Amino acid sequence: MTKPPFVEIRHAQKSYGSLEVLKDISLTVERGQIVAIIGPSGSGKSTLLRAINDLDPLSSGEVWLDGVQVNEALPHRQYEKHINDMRQQVGMVFQHFNLFPHLTVRQNVTMAPKLLKKISDKEADALAEEQLDHVGMLERIDYYPSQLSGGQKQRVAIARALAMKPKLMLFDEATSALDPELVEEVNQVMKKLAEEHMTMIIVTHEMDFAASVCDRVIFMDKGVVVEEGPPDLVFRNPTQERTRNFLRKHLEGAK
Amino acid sequence: MDTELILKVYPYFLEAALITVELSVLTVLLGLICGALGAAARLSRFAEVRFLGAAYVSFFRGTPALIQLFLLYFGGPQIGIQLDAFTAGVIGLGINIGAYMAETMRGAIISVDRGQGEAARTLGLSRAQAFRKVVLPQAMRLMIRPLGVNINAQIKATALVSAISVVELTYTAQRYIGSTYKPFEMFLLAGALYLAIITVTGKGVAFLDRKVRLQ
Ligand SMILES: Nc1ncnc2c1ncn2[C@@H]1O[C@H](COP(=O)(O)OP(=O)(O)O)[C@@H](O)[C@H]1O
Ligand SMILES: [Mg+2]
Repeated sequence: MTKPPFVEIRHAQKSYGSLEVLKDISLTVERGQIVAIIGPSGSGKSTLLRAINDLDPLSSGEVWLDGVQVNEALPHRQYEKHINDMRQQVGMVFQHFNLFPHLTVRQNVTMAPKLLKKISDKEADALAEEQLDHVGMLERIDYYPSQLSGGQKQRVAIARALAMKPKLMLFDEATSALDPELVEEVNQVMKKLAEEHMTMIIVTHEMDFAASVCDRVIFMDKGVVVEEGPPDLVFRNPTQERTRNFLRKHLEGAK
Repeated sequence: MDTELILKVYPYFLEAALITVELSVLTVLLGLICGALGAAARLSRFAEVRFLGAAYVSFFRGTPALIQLFLLYFGGPQIGIQLDAFTAGVIGLGINIGAYMAETMRGAIISVDRGQGEAARTLGLSRAQAFRKVVLPQAMRLMIRPLGVNINAQIKATALVSAISVVELTYTAQRYIGSTYKPFEMFLLAGALYLAIITVTGKGVAFLDRKVRLQ
């Protein structure tokens, strides 16, 4: 028997009322792969990403992670337990960081491991130091989020996600809310994760970053995957008219 | 103005003010409990529970507190609820202010950025954990000031129990007017004492609000 894919989305469909946002999307991601999802605003990139940890449940279709169905239909109580287990394995990073403003950087990182993995205060401190060091934020460990720049906030948010030791990381436009001069420090952290072979699905508007870091690029438009392939192919030789139009507009916009 | 009279009667007014303080504290405590339950009901994932919460809020905010009080105190015995005036006052007004507090608390909870709860859930926290550890602490900060407004209103609303003969500040003023025929002095004195209670409470609320903000 062949091994099932690490992440598999099967026939994902999602509607908000009469608006069909995802139209029968299927895709797979292998362990260690880094996949970029690009496409115009409103094309359903966030919805697809958020379906992977069932934050926005699909109308129909399946999401599988490492041989387990994430969005399995279970009675409410069982489902809650199941999805909390699954989410512990999937880190998510948001455009607006969503750090907890009432907690220090250290507490932001340790809250979930302490609650969910029952580790001691000492272990939690060691974990926070390790993760924050990894993203270059150790010296701000006892600051509050409001005392940090956007780039620093996002690096802490990444450390917070990594502290749960996820198998998969999801990034939803992690650098879109940042001032241009702060983008690079976050990109550096993501590159570092890539070198460590973290499996990542990255929704981004940064074509250069996608081209340099990702193994595969998926171009979405109006709820469908229009084209996918290695970055060289998708960026240099797109086969679809819609991809070409998008890239042309996007490159013009960037200039 | 008859200052001599004021000086003579004010110790009795102070005693009555203590009853007003007592009424205020008890109704506010009961209100906070009812408010928390009401807010929880209105935010429940079960439609039936949400309906109950909405019914509670709309009944108590949609009818005069005085009618609610009369209903409980005068109407209660007819359906087997026999309460002394003070208890009826505390329960009636406590449940009433609870409906306002429920809306205040709910408002604070839903105005916490949705992304906060989401971030907590993506880390694997349960609904309850995300609420307790992330949403509620932020909502608490947002609700102190508006709850202060509810409390301010409630202190003044304790005057309503004079209508069921609880001997608090307003009732006491009316009683002394009966014997002295000096309504101006008596109501002025009562008003000054309400103002004192409300000023102190307002300072307390502002202090709490500053304190949580600094954290
Ligand atoms: N909660 C929602 N209710 C209704 N429509 C939504 C909701 N969330 C997203 N949409 C719609 O779904 C479409 C896809 O949104 P999204 O996945 O956020 O796109 P993208 O991330 O590619 O910009 C958009 O048209 C958006 O307006
Ligand atoms: Mg989006």
